[in-house]
Amino acid sequence: MNLLILPIIVPLLTAVILMLSSSRPIVQRWISFVGSIVHAICAAVLFLRVESLGIQVLQSGSWPAPFGISFVADLLAAMLVTATGIVGVAVTGFAFSGVDPRRESSGYHGLLQVLLMGVSGAFLTGDLFNLYVWFEVMLVASFVLMALHRTRAQIEAAFKYVTLNLVASSMFLTALGLLYGRTGTLNMADLSSVFQTLEFGPFEMVMALLFLTAFGVKAALFPLFFWLPATYHTPPAAVGAIFAGLLTKVGVYSLIRIFTLLFPEAPAGLYTLLLAQAGCTMVVGLIGALAQKDFRRMLSFNLVGHLGYTTVGLALLTPAAMAASLFYVVHHIFVITNLYLISGIFLRIRHSTSFSSLGSIYKERPWVAVIAMVPLFSLAGVPPLSGFIGKLALIQATLSAGSYVIAGIILLVSVLTLLSMARLWDQSFWKPSEVEDKLPMTRVILAPIIFLCVVTIAISLGAEYVYSITLRASEQLLQPQEYIDAVLRGRARP
Amino acid sequence: MEVILSITAGVLYCCGIYLLLQRRLSQLIIGLGLLSNGTNLLIFTAGGLTRSKAPVIPEGAESIVPPFADPVPQSLVLTAIVIGFGVLAFSLVLAHRVHMATGTDDIDDIEAGT
Repeated sequence: MNLLILPIIVPLLTAVILMLSSSRPIVQRWISFVGSIVHAICAAVLFLRVESLGIQVLQSGSWPAPFGISFVADLLAAMLVTATGIVGVAVTGFAFSGVDPRRESSGYHGLLQVLLMGVSGAFLTGDLFNLYVWFEVMLVASFVLMALHRTRAQIEAAFKYVTLNLVASSMFLTALGLLYGRTGTLNMADLSSVFQTLEFGPFEMVMALLFLTAFGVKAALFPLFFWLPATYHTPPAAVGAIFAGLLTKVGVYSLIRIFTLLFPEAPAGLYTLLLAQAGCTMVVGLIGALAQKDFRRMLSFNLVGHLGYTTVGLALLTPAAMAASLFYVVHHIFVITNLYLISGIFLRIRHSTSFSSLGSIYKERPWVAVIAMVPLFSLAGVPPLSGFIGKLALIQATLSAGSYVIAGIILLVSVLTLLSMARLWDQSFWKPSEVEDKLPMTRVILAPIIFLCVVTIAISLGAEYVYSITLRASEQLLQPQEYIDAVLRGRARP
Repeated sequence: MEVILSITAGVLYCCGIYLLLQRRLSQLIIGLGLLSNGTNLLIFTAGGLTRSKAPVIPEGAESIVPPFADPVPQSLVLTAIVIGFGVLAFSLVLAHRVHMATGTDDIDDIEAGT
């Protein structure tokens, strides 16, 4: 049996078992948690195989490559699926104390597993139409998770989220239709080898821009990110955490995958556009963050701003910049998920994450503050944590690629991030406050947060290993021939 | 035939986008529906149209003789129709929820209420 399918099958089976088993919360939580651990282990084993044996391919139904649907795990995909598994474990662990009962009874656990399946599928597929299908799986699960609640703000946010994502999906589908009409294939490796023979003309430019817009909405790039800060602060922490950690990263991943496979020969203007978008995303996101008066709103804007870091590598197309961006993606997944989970503690003890109801947490619960320091400082880029290493690598790479403007923007945005994190720390932990705790905090709620802190520290300490992996992943991305050969096995088109 | 279908797809896109820009939720949902149908028609047309030649190998033959209809765009469209249908049904229910929660289906009023 091919390992590749396991990260997709395991969440599906878990979801089915969840639907068939008793609806008692404790049973559901344990099934979901165990399922996520199995998912994470499968993903990690897959990663180790890809790391030692090279790109793994599964031709579903044994149909040879351009005809059937291929699943491909290169280093980037395997790395991100592993990260998905780890985030899944943390978020299902968080559900032991951080999810409200009504949401649990309306199928929260099953939907979360479907979401994990969609994300893993999107990372592993080697077929563009299949990618669309995984996007829809992921989106429908996230739509329902978002809309499970009935407060006015949450329903409205859900509606914005649904509409914008549907428009982006139809753009993606339009691009697919035109692409199939032109090339007669939707297998990514096959498309890549076809595109190598094509001259980059107006048609290819239209394709590239359609993909850039469709995935730009999902990845929340400037100027298409406004839906994100308007929606991500409304769902409860456990849902917000998985959205923030994974969904936008799928958009970034798709951009990287499509652009490195199909449009590496595009005129420089396209990549300059992408670079400008990345720069604007960073600046606008962080300036927006500084204006916020709510913990989760500030995090949403920070999330947007830092997505800029993850696209700089794609815009520059040098191995060092790409590796730094990928490192940043991995670091950011864990850190932002963790911060959203921490907002879950605030939601539990103070019933709100607005700065007016936070404060004095350092005095009353020093350990929570100490634990929260790890992701906060890591996001702010304080050495020796992972955020610092990611930013350092990115600045070095942009300087050696000669884009001094973007290096300056990265430095400026680091300062702004530090400012916003200082404000976050001051307002929620240090500021003296008279607000009483509404509910006691349970110890269990800290376990997933500590777990993600350990992961962050591990990335910081093992940065050399992680960076060497992302460097290899970026070399695979920038020389797609290895990917094409692995999928098509030399069966090039006539 | 291609020309007619292309124009139809274009008209569907236009109407869909026009409706998306309106203020009422019901119009917005119809707009989403038209947009997804326009996309389906586009995939179907872009794949090339061949009339009444099913891609089935006739009995006794080893392979089929072109021209035959390409089955891939048809299966893509089928998948897309099913997905679009499900998503549209979901957004209808969601719009109903919005209406229940806010008592209006005017997007500007919903925004103003926050």
